[in-house]
Amino acid sequence: MWRSSASFILDKHQNNKPISLTHSIDSPPPPSASMADENPNPNPISAYYQTRAAHHGIVTSEWLEQAQAAVRRYPDHDYSVSPVSGRPFSVIEEFNNWRQQPDLAEAVAAIRALAAVIRASEATTMMELEIELKKASDTLKSWDTTSISLTAGCDLFMRYVTRTSALEFEDFNSAKSRVLERAEKFGEISCRARRIIAILSQDFIFDGCTILVHGFSRVVFEILKTSAQNKKVFRVLCSEGRPDKTGVLLAKELAKLDIPVKLLIDSAVAYSMDEVDMVFVGADGVVESGGIINMMGTYQIALVAHSMNKPVYVAAESYKFARLYPLDQKDLEPALRPIDFSVPVPPKVEVERSARDYTPPQYLTLLFTDLGVLTPSVVSDELIQLYL
Amino acid sequence: MDTRRGALAVPKVRRVGFFTSAIEPTQDSSQRPNRSQSGPVEATTSSSPLSDSPSGNLISPVLIPPSRHHSDNLTSRAVAAAAAPVPVPGPAAFRRYLAHDRGLNVGSYNPPDSLLGTSPPSSNGEFSEDSVSLFGFQRSDSAKLSASFPNGGFDLTLAVRAPQEPEPKIATVSASEVTKKIAEVSGKSESVTTKPQKEKEPKSLKDKTTKAERRAIQEAQRAAKAAAKGEGNRRADESGKANPGKAAKKPQPKKERLPATSSVSVKTAVAVEKEKRMDVPQTQMQYDDKSRVEKAKKRAVVEQTESKNKVELFLHLPQYERGNQLPDLSSNIFILDTIHHAVYKVGLQHLAGDISGDNARCIAMLQAFQEAIKDYTTPPMKDLTMDLTTKINGYVSFLIECRPLSMSMGNAIRFLKNQIRKLPVNLSEPEAKASLCSDIGRFIDEKIILADKVIVQHAVTKIRDGEVLLTYGFSCVVEMILLYAHEIGKKFRVVIVDSRPNLEGQKLLRRLVTRGLDCTYTHINAISYIMREATRVFLGASSIFSNGTLYSKVGTACVAMVANAFSVPVIVCCEAYKFHERVLLDSICTNELGDPDAVASIPSFSTKAKHLKTMDNNKNLQFLNLMYDSTPSEYISMIVSDYGMIPPTSIPVIVREYRREHLLL
Repeated sequence: MWRSSASFILDKHQNNKPISLTHSIDSPPPPSASMADENPNPNPISAYYQTRAAHHGIVTSEWLEQAQAAVRRYPDHDYSVSPVSGRPFSVIEEFNNWRQQPDLAEAVAAIRALAAVIRASEATTMMELEIELKKASDTLKSWDTTSISLTAGCDLFMRYVTRTSALEFEDFNSAKSRVLERAEKFGEISCRARRIIAILSQDFIFDGCTILVHGFSRVVFEILKTSAQNKKVFRVLCSEGRPDKTGVLLAKELAKLDIPVKLLIDSAVAYSMDEVDMVFVGADGVVESGGIINMMGTYQIALVAHSMNKPVYVAAESYKFARLYPLDQKDLEPALRPIDFSVPVPPKVEVERSARDYTPPQYLTLLFTDLGVLTPSVVSDELIQLYL
Repeated sequence: MDTRRGALAVPKVRRVGFFTSAIEPTQDSSQRPNRSQSGPVEATTSSSPLSDSPSGNLISPVLIPPSRHHSDNLTSRAVAAAAAPVPVPGPAAFRRYLAHDRGLNVGSYNPPDSLLGTSPPSSNGEFSEDSVSLFGFQRSDSAKLSASFPNGGFDLTLAVRAPQEPEPKIATVSASEVTKKIAEVSGKSESVTTKPQKEKEPKSLKDKTTKAERRAIQEAQRAAKAAAKGEGNRRADESGKANPGKAAKKPQPKKERLPATSSVSVKTAVAVEKEKRMDVPQTQMQYDDKSRVEKAKKRAVVEQTESKNKVELFLHLPQYERGNQLPDLSSNIFILDTIHHAVYKVGLQHLAGDISGDNARCIAMLQAFQEAIKDYTTPPMKDLTMDLTTKINGYVSFLIECRPLSMSMGNAIRFLKNQIRKLPVNLSEPEAKASLCSDIGRFIDEKIILADKVIVQHAVTKIRDGEVLLTYGFSCVVEMILLYAHEIGKKFRVVIVDSRPNLEGQKLLRRLVTRGLDCTYTHINAISYIMREATRVFLGASSIFSNGTLYSKVGTACVAMVANAFSVPVIVCCEAYKFHERVLLDSICTNELGDPDAVASIPSFSTKAKHLKTMDNNKNLQFLNLMYDSTPSEYISMIVSDYGMIPPTSIPVIVREYRREHLLL
């Protein structure tokens, strides 16, 4: 329904035009410092949301092209910001290229993009490279401040590079190739992480259980797929996941695998919770408290499950761990999205457009990550060990 | 015998709050120094005291109400059942027999108990100090032990009588010992004996007396002893008649064997204890552990006056009234040379309360140490590492006398000691001193001042426009956060919650208001009302323990819990050097007692003097001015430290990961 609605794309279009215009007016005088500060992201719809939408095949290809077109203005900026590199090279373009691959997570795309920066860089010392990388990762992060896994991926990679530079005994080129190697590996790691998580979670899925799933998480899908391959007998309830209808998508995929699926509207979660044995959700980001940031609705499902003493399991790769610590729902950078109510919204009515919410750790039972099955409190331990 | 030995080697049991049957080890240790002293003495004056000791008293039919042996009989029967071949003449005689038997077998443990009261008055000269303390223990212990008697009435009379009449009391000590032993042997009747003890406990604890009182008691006891000596002889004869043979013969070999075995065991036990003390990280002294307290008192520079009405639950904490010894101390400043003047000054400042706040106290202490190290010269024939450590130890114990150390100060001292220990051997003295001073300076800069700055940077990100921030009391980090947030143009309101008697919040209020912040000031009584408005609670910390428990100004737990009930996030700001690897479960084990008068005096009370007088004289009234309380980790949403924003569950990680670095620093 939403997909066919032209209003969204139209909105997009209108929003894009003036902004990109102002930018192109801005661009001729190269404002080196101020550009880095202000958010260069051209459209108000968060890129985080775009990625999601693109991956889940909701958005039409022409829409993506338009988005790309808007984004493509950026190389000039980047060039002016970092005149060190002799030829036009943009992290964001690189990132967006990677981002289009449906199976690649955003964090991995970010890391690939940063690896491209290294490859393109003409730095001769590790320090120079680091500064260049820092600049690139800052641009990436500020391009989309709402995406947690993008930020986390950038931080993680930067962390790795700074740690590598500690190995001074190596010459620069070998260090550089090391870092590149590592960046390449990240993609594999992310794919492998899903396998690991799927295998880890098998112990928790027993025959005859009913699993409630919210949203379309590739990891959760992998888990369910593996369980089905292992000939486990279970039933899945999919919440609808409005307005993206990600639940419908997942239900379709699961039905293809001959897993019994039932589709619920989002407001029927509490109604059907008593027949549910466990809740599986993915995560956009796992924050330092051990809580998760995920698609809107996760929090209420976790609350309902908690009050009915059902376990809530989170499947998330470890590169989604972010050094964030939201105290409440409003403590996040809101990722806005368009919402179609299928009836015209009266002009004076406000619409809550946030795309995700924060689930505090006390409502989560376990986190399945490629580091193992963790309790929420371990997340912070891992982060401390990684970043401090 | 072996079991006894084992009991000797057992270190003192930490007794905290309510304690039940774990008296034995303490008693043991308290008597240990004595045994070697009284052993030889006892040999000369043997005949008279022994006969009236454990058994003599019990045997005499006048003193034994038959009903008392109700449970005793039970235990003795249990023993009889266990050791069948022993002939059983009757409960009383049986016990008496057992007492001697036990004396024979157990040897080193008990006889001194019975002899304590009858040590000859001639040795009073230099012995007196010891016997003061001894009687102190003896008294309280006997009260406690007698409480283990199942009979209530007997106890009561005993407790009343105890101060005036030493001898019967001591006899009952050993008698109760007998019952205890029987209980141990039988193992069955323990529940019988321990249960009544629990009931009796508060009564016996209340009997604690001040030093002056104890001295008076001792005088009385001496007099009684002198009088009793003659009588004792007579009674010995009587008991000898009543039980010929046994009483006369049995004690003899026991006594001969006694001194040797006991001294050996004492030596080993002392050695073991010492070793253990070296191993165990220095914990807070238990102030109801009398022997330690006495020892500490002898060393003390600061003359401590004990407060009068103590609160039972907090007897293990230092009970001293602070402040009244201040003039005395400040006049001493030029006389005492064991304590460096800078340290002395800081001690006085702590004592007078001129420096408050954990960070300020810690910095002042470290700077004083810095100065002391600068002025330090290694005495000839001594090693700098060793000598300086003992010096620092001396300073630290002086500071403890002035005011109990905070956790953070403990951590800082540990850091300093580590630094001293790790000094390279080949370093010359000036170099070593310079390196130590710079280390201390770095500690202050990095762990306290810079850490505060980092915390401010982190915490400010959690303040949004239009928020109402609630804070409790005064914490300098919180003040810095609020001021900085105001500086960078955040629009917010502050609610300052305060509490009597310190009213530290007023200081914060004054500073914030002069800087133009919008403030509300209220007392903690209104917390549940004002919490509705708050959107964030910022708290300072004295320490955070590795189970995430926050140890902070008293009242903090209340604020945190109310905030939790209103689902307002609680943010604790704490430098990482205050993290402690211990685990804290309640606010009783570790705490500090403030001046009780501060609670008693109400500034607006019109007839203040009169009011105070009536309060002071009332024996049933005890004032408790607790300084700290503990907040369980589930009430804390976030801890902001110099390692970033972390959940309270991550404290052990920080402690574990950085302990090594801490030592390296």
